[in-house]
Amino acid sequence: MITIINYNSGNLRSIHNGFTKIGYNAEITSNPEKIADSEFLVLPGVGAFGSVMKNIEPFKDLIYEHINDDKPFLGICLGLQVLLSSSEEAVGIKGLNIFKGSVNKIPYGRKIPHMGWNKLNVLKNCPILEGVDGKYFYFVHSYHANPEDEEIVSGITDYGVNLVASLSNNNCFATQFHPEKSGVAGLKILKNFVNLKK
Amino acid sequence: MLTKRIIPCLDCDLQVPEGRVVKGVEFKQIRYAGNPVELATRYYEDGADEIVILDITASHERRGTMKEVIERLTENVFIPICVGGGIRKVEDYVNMLKAGADKCSTNTAAIHNPNLLTEAAEVVGSQAVVIGIDAKRRYIDDETQALDKNVIETDKGLCWFDCSIYGGREFTGIDAISWAQTCQEKGAGEILLTSMDGDGTKDGYDLDLTKAINDSVDIPVIASGGVGTPEHIKEAFTIANASAALAASIFHFNEYPVPVVKKYLKEHGVNVRM
Repeated sequence: MITIINYNSGNLRSIHNGFTKIGYNAEITSNPEKIADSEFLVLPGVGAFGSVMKNIEPFKDLIYEHINDDKPFLGICLGLQVLLSSSEEAVGIKGLNIFKGSVNKIPYGRKIPHMGWNKLNVLKNCPILEGVDGKYFYFVHSYHANPEDEEIVSGITDYGVNLVASLSNNNCFATQFHPEKSGVAGLKILKNFVNLKK
Repeated sequence: MLTKRIIPCLDCDLQVPEGRVVKGVEFKQIRYAGNPVELATRYYEDGADEIVILDITASHERRGTMKEVIERLTENVFIPICVGGGIRKVEDYVNMLKAGADKCSTNTAAIHNPNLLTEAAEVVGSQAVVIGIDAKRRYIDDETQALDKNVIETDKGLCWFDCSIYGGREFTGIDAISWAQTCQEKGAGEILLTSMDGDGTKDGYDLDLTKAINDSVDIPVIASGGVGTPEHIKEAFTIANASAALAASIFHFNEYPVPVVKKYLKEHGVNVRM
């Protein structure tokens, strides 16, 4: 079962529609039992780091458990950023700390947010990024992830500076861009995700 | 690098079931372009980077119809969708996002209550808060006639830009450049900038306006109003440095389909997603 955590974060419907489009039924839910039972867990993220951390508080242990069991997990946009330890967007609020490191404001001297379609450069073998190296994806964010362990960075994008586009470690994946808003290339990532073997 | 976005705009009359896309010059000589869901799907398949869908009736009673249009459209369209017209309360943003939209554009309601932008940004994030600015040139003979305004030198003389509301039916006397900066401070994440002088003319975007606004803010600016050819779109990027260009009739009536425009831009050195 594919489960999308519902914590009132705006547009959850599009990610659900994305799975439907590729032939899978995903469930948008805030029911802890369903989240605990889910095979594939998706953490979308829209809004701000602080509010997302507050809103996912009831689901934190379920997320840790899912990732510790090495079941497929996908964080999207802020769902990537909250996997880190902290963010400049919400000083003093702790992230999930699944990946050590910080989230920082995109350097000035360019339009912020980084909004629009940018090219994904795949840096390492990553099952969910199969077949999408060099494709364009839709990004919209003002902050970017800086993980301590560079080995987990699976993709970057060039915005005058290199920005983390995706992270992966075992079955824990996260994209800064929105696969559900990135046309055919984005749907390919969703397909790769549901095709993961546990 | 980040590509320049091409955004077809659907002006929707929601007074009929499912809505219909219309296009007219200043709401006169209205032509019907088709069904919004079908058009959006065609543009998505054609490689559009985003779609803006505007309720030109902007009536609160039609919110339900717009919601249904967005819900149906996003079942098959996997690019960002921006909704405008009749967005007045934070609740309107939330409802449109829940239906599958990614951004909401507001103009009149923000002029009346700029804090709406801040309140909306706190709930849905700045990236979903688009400010629509509809600006008209006000020519002056010398700067002393508009001391409290940002005056720009153009080929046709000195002018400042006046913000209009209610779909161009009323002018506020608010300086568009200052207003753009205020909106950024208040939490808007993007500006949908329409030239009232250019709209419907097919003479090209107001490049002076677009450049002036773009240079005065850090958030992305979408150029709108007046496009007639792919060359106009190129100019919005190369001369005014807009982040995105919006167009309606050149796409609706197949004068220049999206792939033709993108091919032209690529051949002229503009970085677009092919």
